[in-house]
Amino acid sequence: MRVKTSADNINKSKEKKGASLRSVLHNENTVGYVFISLFIIGFLVFTVYPLLSSLYFSFTKYSGLGTPEWIGLLNYKRMFTLDPRYIKSLKVTFVYVFIYVPLRLIFALLIAMMFKSGGRIIAAYRTIYYLPSVIGGSVAVAVIWRQLWGYGGVINRLFINLGLMEEEFSFIASKDTALMTIIILAIWQFGSPMLVFLAGLKDIPVSLYEAAIVDGANSWQKFWRITLPCLTPIIFFNLVNQLISGFMAFTQAFIITRGGPNDATMLYVVYLYEKSFTTFQMGYGSAMAWVLIVIVAILTAILFATQGKWVYYENKG
Amino acid sequence: MTYKKKLTKKIFFHVFVSLTCILMVYPILYMLFGSFKTQQDIFQNPTSLFPREWNFNNYANGWKGFGGTTFATFFKNSIIITVISVLGQVGSSAIIAYGFARCRFKGRSIWFSVMIIMMLMPAQVLIIPQYIMFNTFGWVNSWLPLIVPGFFGYPFFIFLIYQFIRRLPIELDESAYIDGCSKYSIFGRIILPLIKPALITSMIFATYWKWDDFFGPMIYLTDIKRYTVSIALKMFTDPAAQSDWGAAYAMAVLSLIPVIIIFFSFQKYLVQGISTTGLKG
Repeated sequence: MRVKTSADNINKSKEKKGASLRSVLHNENTVGYVFISLFIIGFLVFTVYPLLSSLYFSFTKYSGLGTPEWIGLLNYKRMFTLDPRYIKSLKVTFVYVFIYVPLRLIFALLIAMMFKSGGRIIAAYRTIYYLPSVIGGSVAVAVIWRQLWGYGGVINRLFINLGLMEEEFSFIASKDTALMTIIILAIWQFGSPMLVFLAGLKDIPVSLYEAAIVDGANSWQKFWRITLPCLTPIIFFNLVNQLISGFMAFTQAFIITRGGPNDATMLYVVYLYEKSFTTFQMGYGSAMAWVLIVIVAILTAILFATQGKWVYYENKG
Repeated sequence: MTYKKKLTKKIFFHVFVSLTCILMVYPILYMLFGSFKTQQDIFQNPTSLFPREWNFNNYANGWKGFGGTTFATFFKNSIIITVISVLGQVGSSAIIAYGFARCRFKGRSIWFSVMIIMMLMPAQVLIIPQYIMFNTFGWVNSWLPLIVPGFFGYPFFIFLIYQFIRRLPIELDESAYIDGCSKYSIFGRIILPLIKPALITSMIFATYWKWDDFFGPMIYLTDIKRYTVSIALKMFTDPAAQSDWGAAYAMAVLSLIPVIIIFFSFQKYLVQGISTTGLKG
């Protein structure tokens, strides 16, 4: 009897333990954290720790080897008062972003409206227009871009033949035109915002247009009064996306012009790379990275803060 | 009359669009045909699209690569890195997305906002501390920095798959639960098979980005035997190399082939994916 009870007890406690372990394992909280645990680990190791350590490095002089030497705010001071190349790269980046983002979005919207509906031929056109944004970021395209816009390249010859230019000229080697070639390359890749616009255009209720036609609206009015307001959430989404990727632009400027000539295409990240990985001023580079975070955060915050004024969400009416 | 007017309008539209189409793909065509031109032809007739005579040597010359390392190595490296990293990124993102979409745990909304912020954060700002960290791990000049971080989820794909899961009827989970499935087996047996389209879309994007990635390999890889295709292509533009443009075009064309094949075979998923991640949801 006694033995049996104790065995029973053991069994019971085992069962209980099993049950509680099970209930812990299948508790909503545990399940949730089990599934997102990878994300949390990755976030701590590959984002939080690097972010904090780069904040620390930004107050130091550090070559990447040995111990960082604390210099306080000197890096930040140097950036804005002693480094004209930095100021120039800031200017170049703003020019780049503020020209290509609006133009890319305008092209994307226009083409999306042109190809809104239609059969197979239209679908084929859409595919072709999307193609550049699939491959545009690659080194392959940068290599060809150098050639197209280079000394005696296709564009140059074309302009000579049309009588617009007189002599052989490299758009890439001239400080007045180099940035333009990079901007054109960026605009050329309007495919992904175009697809986002297409998805948005399909969601605009046809009844709105029908009502507008009954009211005698012309296509111009339909565009300004219906299409554009209905698309504002998508314009907002595209704007945020493009703005951020604009500040990150690197590969094309790096391969086509290497930031030159005379720093005319020295985009922010290209300069950051040069300082951190060719001259190994990693403290200074970290400070630059932090200023970039702040710039992007401010611009994104401005967009989010003003969205109430111009973005119309369906449920608001 | 109106019919005629409509027709002319249509013709005008198609002529205009086809012409701009040519303009859009011209650089790509120029590279393709340029890869069959002789060096002399490239420099003497830059404006002509087609080669004077077809020359296939560029492919053989380009394939030889640099300093004894051929493009066979570069392609092999790129394929290994891309395949492992894509599987890691998409697999881990699916697991994480399920957690966010179907589990009500404490702190979910906080972690979700963290994920959204990470989606917006410019990745390059972390490159210096990450480099220093990987350097202390002894990972520099290996593929690990390019592959390992992907195994902890990629915010864009987490979001994409999350949106997709949320559109699946919750009744599926509930009936499976009543039948005795746990949250874990619901994921494996019910959700995973249903989110295939979202997984494919994520894989396409992940493949593009990894294949094209230039910044990461340039910073982390120092030994030419470990180089990816994108870094190798860049070497054609180095001032030190005697620029053999024909060979550069030929290898550039080859480097785009995987991307273009994927693009044409999975187009449908791409458009679908973009509309799912777009604002609705």
